[in-house]
Amino acid sequence: MTRVIEPAALETLVEALRERGYRVLGPTLRDGAIVYDELESAAELPAGWTDVQEPGSYRVERREDEARFGYAVGPHSWKGYLLPPRLRLWQARLNGNGLEVAEEPLDETPLAFLGVRSCELHAIGVQDRVFVGGRVQDRDYAARREGVFLVAVNCIEPGGTCFCASMGTGPRAEGGYDLALTEVLDGEHRLLAEAGSERGAELLAELPGRDATDGDLQAASTAVDAAASRMGRQLDATDLHGLLRRNLEHPRWDEVAERCLTCGNCTMACPTCFCTTVEDATDLTGQTAERHRVWDSCYSVEYSHIHGGAIRPSGRARYRQWLTHKFGTWHDQFGTSGCVGCGRCITWCPVGIDVTEELTAIRATDGEANHGDD
Amino acid sequence: MATTATETHAAMAPRPFRVARRERETADTWTLELEPVQGDPLQVAPGQFTMLYAFGVGEVPISVSGEPGGPLVHTVRAVGAVTEAICAAGEETILGVRGPMGNAWPLGTGGDVVVVAGGIGLAPLRGVVYDLVRRRDAFGEAALLYGGRTPADLLYRDELERWREPLQVDVTVDAAEPGWEGKVGFVAKLVGSARFDPAAATAFVCGPEIMMRTSAEALLERGVPAERIFVSMERNMQCGVGLCGHCQLGPTLICRDGPVYRWDEVERLMAVREL
Amino acid sequence: METIDALLREVPVFRGLEPAQLELIAGCGSNVHFDQGAVLFREGDAADIFYLVRHGTVALETYVPARGPAMIETLQPGEVVGWSWLFPPYRWHFDARALTDLRATAFDGACLRGKADADPRLGYDLMSRFAQVLIERLQWTRLRLLDLYGHDGD
Repeated sequence: MTRVIEPAALETLVEALRERGYRVLGPTLRDGAIVYDELESAAELPAGWTDVQEPGSYRVERREDEARFGYAVGPHSWKGYLLPPRLRLWQARLNGNGLEVAEEPLDETPLAFLGVRSCELHAIGVQDRVFVGGRVQDRDYAARREGVFLVAVNCIEPGGTCFCASMGTGPRAEGGYDLALTEVLDGEHRLLAEAGSERGAELLAELPGRDATDGDLQAASTAVDAAASRMGRQLDATDLHGLLRRNLEHPRWDEVAERCLTCGNCTMACPTCFCTTVEDATDLTGQTAERHRVWDSCYSVEYSHIHGGAIRPSGRARYRQWLTHKFGTWHDQFGTSGCVGCGRCITWCPVGIDVTEELTAIRATDGEANHGDD
Repeated sequence: MATTATETHAAMAPRPFRVARRERETADTWTLELEPVQGDPLQVAPGQFTMLYAFGVGEVPISVSGEPGGPLVHTVRAVGAVTEAICAAGEETILGVRGPMGNAWPLGTGGDVVVVAGGIGLAPLRGVVYDLVRRRDAFGEAALLYGGRTPADLLYRDELERWREPLQVDVTVDAAEPGWEGKVGFVAKLVGSARFDPAAATAFVCGPEIMMRTSAEALLERGVPAERIFVSMERNMQCGVGLCGHCQLGPTLICRDGPVYRWDEVERLMAVREL
Repeated sequence: METIDALLREVPVFRGLEPAQLELIAGCGSNVHFDQGAVLFREGDAADIFYLVRHGTVALETYVPARGPAMIETLQPGEVVGWSWLFPPYRWHFDARALTDLRATAFDGACLRGKADADPRLGYDLMSRFAQVLIERLQWTRLRLLDLYGHDGD
């Protein structure tokens, strides 16, 4: 059952979620970018704004309409809420008879994500496999993730670096949401809302609106289809796993290493990159200690450090690690690709390295090997 | 998703253990026996490791080196801030332990067994040697080939002598000191003259990567099939339970899928520089 | 008692040589025994012999003033002791000492060199086999030079 709501009904949606106890998180305009933050009102949505994205370039622009979701994705992703950039894991105290370790209490505030793109739903799914899909679950992630209310938004405005259509991860949300919205801007500004769960249906019933007509459905479908054909980037995703496995010595790694600054921006912006490290510290008395978990990046030299030195000292090896993991060995480790085609790594790369271009270049000379100077 | 709450809980929080015994092996290497401050001892198998926490300093992965079924024993070499703190931990000191983690050396029953160890690489294999000695009749030929830097760097010297009766023990050093009457040469060379039937042998190899590679090549040259040669891999580790990404070796996560691998699983990966 | 022929067929250095060649080489060999500690040859002396170790261990050593004998490498059953008989100046580069009670087969280098001079094919085979011995020694030595078990490489 699909309903049609007016943009103003988004306020009812936010209120209903807040009344249910959810901390509502969604897009808002801040510091010249559309970022995710806590929303107290739908008025904080970036109405009338879009983003213009190219490799190494992002800016927001006014739209000619008041679309609430008329942009692609910003520098933030939802992983910031499920996998906080910095988290205390535990505190420990030495006492006469041992070590008392107190794990950090779980933050069980229920979260609602408003405006989750299809690529982002897939990204959450990718991280679910890492953190709760294996033998050992991450207790903090599991607690945050459980019960997240997901309001998806089907894309009608793909960004200049988007390639979800190539990765099979969008632009239409196919499931895994509580509510899915499609914004239609063909004269009558309205949103189609479809429930994907029981609690989604309950909430939808509280929103003022009407049942969707065939015309509404057709208009929404056309808008999303058009988005699929307007992706800023394309990628032949056929067996990237095999392509990368047999091209670990491809000369392209040397070439890209000359441009890559190994800054790690791509890993921070990526909605699936999950690497973390830990920091141990004591207080000044030396009696209590604590451990924090912080985001880490495979672009840092320390990331691969073992006693004696780093396993991947060169930028070439670190770029290769990231790209081959994301598109290749992720399959071996977690059974899916690690890329959802959101394009953030392209946009937020300070030198505009474009993964679709790199992968295309490797495919074009598949099997070319540079064995270095041995 | 059939994870129990305790497993999730135990994953990140260290459990307090007391240093029950501490013995110096070499100038920079100590063996610690650890007992839990409370509760049951850990069940560990040779090849596995724990994350060992020195209060306030940090945590490192260390292989278990005790007797299977016995107390938790670690042989630690002081090479950084954390291992220095652990080596300096006297009896009664409290250390944190997470684990055990990783898989075990697949020592079955029957056939010939060749253990090849280089440097501190003997520590993760000591449990296999204990098991071999204890179940000596269950195996055919059993050889321990061990290479150290100098005679003074050799671990477990008393035990090496005791093992000479049940096992073929061949010890070599890279550089001799005056008075050394043992062998001098690279450990992989010992594979050539050890007594075992390659067609019936299983080999366990641990040490620096180059040492494992050359030893595996020597074993292959003798005719031991690649799928019966096992090595133990090392990479940076933070979480130990497959959640932090650090220990990736191409398609595998060493803490989750290793650290023990069949040679044919890692040969290609080890050949790629900086993988 | 195994014959020298049988030994030659088994040792890696001569594996795959033709029976006629093995017979020629065996003709220059004789079985020998050394007590533990006995010196097989000394640095600087004329090199006209090589050994194949049958049982026991041989140490190659050099004398370092103020430090004493330094052991360079040990050689075990199946290995060749000595290649200086084949290459000018035909003098030993190191001392060789029996670390244990030692049984070996000694081959007369002058005898073999004579046969090699007369039969270039045999000469080529001997040269390439001993080159292989040198390569292996070089490779094992290079690995030890890396000091793999030291602090930085372990």
